[in-house]
Amino acid sequence: MAVSIETRPTVTLPIGAAPPRRSRNRRKLRDTPLAYLFLAPALVVIATFHFFPVFYAFWISLRNWGVIDRGMLWFQNYDEALHDHRFWQSLGTTLYFAIGTVPVTMALACLIAYLLYQNVRFLGVFRTLYFLPYVTSTVASATVWLWIFDPRSGLANSLLGRLGIGHQRWMLEPKGIVQLLGSTVHLSVPGLLQGPSLALVAVIIMTIWHQLGFQVVIFLVGLGNIPRDTYEAARIDGANERQVFFRMTLPLLTPTFFFLTIISTISAFQAFNEIYIMSTNASTGGPGGPLGTTRTVMVNVFNQLQVNHRLGYGSAIAFVLFALILALTVMQVKLGGRFAHQQ
Amino acid sequence: MSDLALPRAGTGSKGGVRTLNLRRLGRRAALYLVLGAGALYAATPFVWMLLTSFKTHGEALTEPPTLLPKVWHFSNYVTAWQAAPFERYFLNTFFICFCVVIGISITSTLAAYAFARMEFYGRDVIFVMLLSTLMIPFETIIIPNFIIIRKLHWLNTYPALIVPWIASVFSVFLLRQFFSQLPQDLFDSAELDGAGHMRLLWSIVLPLSRGPLAAVTLFAFLGSWNSLLWPLIITNSQSIRPIQLGLTVFLGQEGSEPHLLMAASAFTIAPIILLYFVAQRQFMEGFASSGLKG
Repeated sequence: MAVSIETRPTVTLPIGAAPPRRSRNRRKLRDTPLAYLFLAPALVVIATFHFFPVFYAFWISLRNWGVIDRGMLWFQNYDEALHDHRFWQSLGTTLYFAIGTVPVTMALACLIAYLLYQNVRFLGVFRTLYFLPYVTSTVASATVWLWIFDPRSGLANSLLGRLGIGHQRWMLEPKGIVQLLGSTVHLSVPGLLQGPSLALVAVIIMTIWHQLGFQVVIFLVGLGNIPRDTYEAARIDGANERQVFFRMTLPLLTPTFFFLTIISTISAFQAFNEIYIMSTNASTGGPGGPLGTTRTVMVNVFNQLQVNHRLGYGSAIAFVLFALILALTVMQVKLGGRFAHQQ
Repeated sequence: MSDLALPRAGTGSKGGVRTLNLRRLGRRAALYLVLGAGALYAATPFVWMLLTSFKTHGEALTEPPTLLPKVWHFSNYVTAWQAAPFERYFLNTFFICFCVVIGISITSTLAAYAFARMEFYGRDVIFVMLLSTLMIPFETIIIPNFIIIRKLHWLNTYPALIVPWIASVFSVFLLRQFFSQLPQDLFDSAELDGAGHMRLLWSIVLPLSRGPLAAVTLFAFLGSWNSLLWPLIITNSQSIRPIQLGLTVFLGQEGSEPHLLMAASAFTIAPIILLYFVAQRQFMEGFASSGLKG
């Protein structure tokens, strides 16, 4: 029991100041059991299904765990992952997905929020509409987008046809978009530069649609937090609108950008529903198709669990991703911290 | 927010009023054009879903597609509804959502109160431990959780769909933030009257926290309503499947019947859209507060 050495307060305390240390400690001791009683329900669930599983996952990743546990393998699963081209492909696909969704959504959301902030008429209508996709379930909306991208009678091809662009195979197209664009001018693009497959781009278009409204709302909050006198001061100083936007509004939105980058990067790395729905049901040969070009690490882990029944190997893959995300988050926080300091 | 006058280019100059107005008009037009394009992007899938859901099978598959259905077949909804046990799926989902929402509200309120309003040994350690779980991607814990559920013999049961989700670190933080900003005076005077923590929580904190509690409830509901991956892994019988998984299975079976698929998507989305229109303010404020202060 940590009982501190008695210290007598040397000055009389004004009313409302912190009570003397000794009675505080006694109070802390008295409250501790009740506090743990309050925490218990949440802690038991979180410890069992969130905290402990991380360590358990590492243990599983060291073992030859198929449907049942068949003993220790040490780091063989990790060794296999590093030599598995499917793993590297899924890592690349995850990066494409994150890069395709996070910055684009943020730029669009920032623009739309800024425009909505300019005394727009029907602000409420616009905001309601933009936010609507975010509350609809990803399963149902991915079903609809799959239908929009239908190669035969989908809306997307019909619209492209009006613009004089040929029919695309969308979710059935494993070729990279850079390659597809290049082939229209008879240019062949080397492997690494082919870009994400058109199928992945279709999923990205759906994901941006789904996330946009949420980010718009967050940007509107960020804009509302900028004090009005800052604008007035800038105006008195004779700044024009572009200068105000780039030199003042954008830098003052840094915390919003920072927050959204972290939140949406995390959710991009965990995305599953829309990829699963759109790739499984386009007859591409299972989740992650065509030719594995939409198989993110998340889908890869799912396949190891549900299709291949290789729980040990799946855990190893998941753990490598965890390490990467951790490194990325630390980097973002450090970078973000430095930017915040410069303001 | 709408009465804020933003600085505009040229307002300070003495240039002709006419050119200024024309330029302003052009800018306004461009502004509405961009916003309109965004709105079109947001609305198109909903419109297309509804239009397709009323077409016949043959008309849905024509190439190029027709815009409006030649005849509006409302009966598609009945056909789709009867093609799979959607009634059961919805009942399952309502039950699961209800339990999860109640569970999260209770566990988060209690934990948040302890963190915000009580001093106890080990507080900081536990707080950091909870914070760290926010960085764990779901794919890392899904395999161990599957094994845990199997070891508990919970595969294919309601507890497996409910219990892991009845606590949320995010909700604890959201509420803690709010509880710790409540004025200290309220608590001091109640304590002088001899109120204990249970009493403080029940008659001071809860009545003042309707907003944040509504936000937590909404988040829990949305998360539970929309989940697919977890039910996909731990259930295999129709009788306990929630709606999202039901729709997924339906999609696998009726992939070539777009009109029925769109009808099914429409009634899967409907309850959430209704809720959104009823509680739009809570939605916006909830998500907004999750943003910068959470």
